[in-house]
Amino acid sequence: MAGLKTRKKQRLVVASVAVAAVAGAILLVLFALGGDSLSLFLQPSAVHAKEIEVGKRFRLGGLVAPGSFVKAEDGLTYNFTITDCAADVPVSFKGILPDLFREGQGVVTEGRLNADGTFVADTVLAKHDENYAPPGTMPKNAEACTHPEGLDSGYGNSSGSR
Amino acid sequence: MHRFANPAEFNRLADAILPWAKIIMAAAFAYGLYLALFTSPPDYQQGESVRIMYVHVPAAWMSMFTYMVVAAASFTALVWRHPVALLAGKAAAPIGATFTALALITGMLWGKPMWGTYWVWDGRLTSVLVLFFLYLGYMALWRGLDEEDKAGRAASILALVGVVNIPIIKFSVDWWNTLHQPSSVMRMDGPTMPAEMLWPLLTVALAFKAYFIVVFLYRMKLEINLRKLTVLSSIEARG
Repeated sequence: MAGLKTRKKQRLVVASVAVAAVAGAILLVLFALGGDSLSLFLQPSAVHAKEIEVGKRFRLGGLVAPGSFVKAEDGLTYNFTITDCAADVPVSFKGILPDLFREGQGVVTEGRLNADGTFVADTVLAKHDENYAPPGTMPKNAEACTHPEGLDSGYGNSSGSR
Repeated sequence: MHRFANPAEFNRLADAILPWAKIIMAAAFAYGLYLALFTSPPDYQQGESVRIMYVHVPAAWMSMFTYMVVAAASFTALVWRHPVALLAGKAAAPIGATFTALALITGMLWGKPMWGTYWVWDGRLTSVLVLFFLYLGYMALWRGLDEEDKAGRAASILALVGVVNIPIIKFSVDWWNTLHQPSSVMRMDGPTMPAEMLWPLLTVALAFKAYFIVVFLYRMKLEINLRKLTVLSSIEARG
């Protein structure tokens, strides 16, 4: 009986150590890979810091800077600025925007930088934040910010129209 | 704990719990869905699409909860060699796989109108897909080996290796940039939704949990009876 008990204890130790070791190893690998390689998109500061070459395809995400949204005369092309409150990247997109696209809201875009530093996107996805609320009681967006040029941010108390 | 390792004892306990679990399940489903579909307000941005959340979020919670049940059962089975623990993992896995599939499908149906796409390979979506494959792998290992005990042990080891995926799912939205939004309910500074949305969500979550208990107990009883049948027929074959 004593032998059975020690064997159970042994299995308990081996199983616990094995689970902890495997979990630790996988988590270490994930952290070693770093945030950028496992993240879906780059934010404007990272784009500036990395000096990404023209024509290389990547995803750019951040907030649509308040007051930056302009519809071009052809009625299909949209220009706006994506900001992370530390840096900006101008974006040009031709296509249909998702319903949740708004100034001050998060977006994830996919495309390439062109020679004059504009990000030409072929995909724009709206990023919904974690706030839920009934109509007319819009919660304060914790991420909302004025972007570096100090452009007036009307976001936070205006209605969420485009 | 050791008491429930006895199949007869387990059956008695299951029969005592089942009627209550069924009542809670029926009541919580009816009340929760009524709240979710009729009385709760639309969202200021998502409009009526927010109602998908009342199924999606509880399903996602259950996908992780059920995995922890499978993992705990696997650990118990490997360390203490309890046959009932081994069967508990086997009984729970298909329920977890179903909840995971439900979370993935409802998420995609919400994603298309809200994000503008059914799917992106971000940290949250990818790690939940991995969870789904872990369930499938666990179930496949049970069927893949002829000897039940060996099959169960192999499946249990896979289940334990996969445990690391649970914190990855939970914190994927904090560690990495994702398209998926961060947690709204399970967060340090309290839920980011008003009570009239939180209540239907929690009620449906309760209904899902009761549903899990009902189906899990029936599947356990089935597995135990199947084992009994195998033993009896082998005795009969010999006699």
